[in-house]
Amino acid sequence: MKASAFAYARATSVAHALELLAVHGEKARVLSGGQSLIPAMNLRLVAPDVIVDIGGLAELRGIAVEGKTLVIGALTRHADLLKSSDIAKFVPLLAAAVAHIAHPAIRNRGTVGGSLAQADPASELPACMLTLGASIVVRGPGGERRIAAEEFFRGIYETQLAPQDLLVAVELPVADSGSAHFFQEFARRHGDYAITGLAAQALLEGDRFAALRLGYFAVGDRPVLAEAADKLTDVAVTPALLAEASDALSDELDPHEDQQATPAMRRHLARILLRRCVASLLKRPDLQLGGVA
Amino acid sequence: MTAPVAISLSVNGERVEAHVLPRLNLADFLREHLELTGTHLGCEHGVCGACTVRVGGEIVRSCLMLAVQANDTAVETIEGLSDSGEIADLQAAFRDRNALQCGFCTPGMLMAAQDLLREKRMPARDEIREHLSGNYCRCTGYQAIIDAVEATARMRMELKV
Repeated sequence: MKASAFAYARATSVAHALELLAVHGEKARVLSGGQSLIPAMNLRLVAPDVIVDIGGLAELRGIAVEGKTLVIGALTRHADLLKSSDIAKFVPLLAAAVAHIAHPAIRNRGTVGGSLAQADPASELPACMLTLGASIVVRGPGGERRIAAEEFFRGIYETQLAPQDLLVAVELPVADSGSAHFFQEFARRHGDYAITGLAAQALLEGDRFAALRLGYFAVGDRPVLAEAADKLTDVAVTPALLAEASDALSDELDPHEDQQATPAMRRHLARILLRRCVASLLKRPDLQLGGVA
Repeated sequence: MTAPVAISLSVNGERVEAHVLPRLNLADFLREHLELTGTHLGCEHGVCGACTVRVGGEIVRSCLMLAVQANDTAVETIEGLSDSGEIADLQAAFRDRNALQCGFCTPGMLMAAQDLLREKRMPARDEIREHLSGNYCRCTGYQAIIDAVEATARMRMELKV
């Protein structure tokens, strides 16, 4: 199918984009890489009257390290994340996740800001931002503000962005030494949206987790930080404890049903990912093989 | 405001000036305005890969890009790659290995395969599979396609050594 007719405005600066959004508000949609918006328009799921194209705003592109914070401009593409030595060094979880995002031709156009603003519950980057404790930097009529990732995602395709807002960057804490990450997802075909996925970040102290954040995606209407992680923090992890944490995980998740999987299957896959994650981060194959999680 | 927008770009090395409606995607612009019908449209929402072209040297989905977004860029289609001889060996390998089948996915497969071979001289079969994972073949001719890409990589290695 083709998109319905719309008017097109090419923003020449962030200020210009904000002016256009102030005028058109809810009738407008922001276009960056278009890898989520254009399919939605082609399928007639959305039909904006006006497209504000921010694709040419070089000021929103790039990755910078500022002290203990890594800043990623909203127009930075998935392909840029994959090639960046700063991403590989300072937030390796992101580098691992991006390899699972769609396919090369899509990663060449898709942007970080676009993915976060789209807030598809099955996409990788929103869950990573939650896991990493990112701040989403937004500019609107009242100036610039920062929204914690945990507050930003509100539901399927729903965020804290108002129609007049522009997502300009994300800020991520640089990974501490001693931290480790795990990323895995189940998908029918490499690059497809996940049936269930897990983006995890841990701080290890000897054979224990000093901190563990488990960001699950495609198990609800938005990415979730699993509280079951608390059961595995600051303790010696045993197969019995892992089984207990898995049960707690099953109870707290509220997965949806779609053509790909039932809620029961998603719970099952979430438990498998938990077991693999903990076994892999603690380098304890026994937890994966012998456990009953 | 839904009026045509002026665009200026290069397509297969030739300068193109046009006025296009904002809703027109790049694939339809290439096919209908420029009669470059080698770029195919399958799913029109980014799943099948039949519309793959190069923009600024990188492969993209031309069904997920508006023609107005291609303003000021250099677009290369299967016709450009074919006419220049850049992928003559890859095309020959597709013929030799029976990787063509119905041919609908072939332009996108060739664009994606050449993209991989420019990046990596001798990719493993798994890497070929992963790089082509965004391209559907409705005849399910995948094994032959992987064979053809692998054979081309090997031939290019031998020629260069």
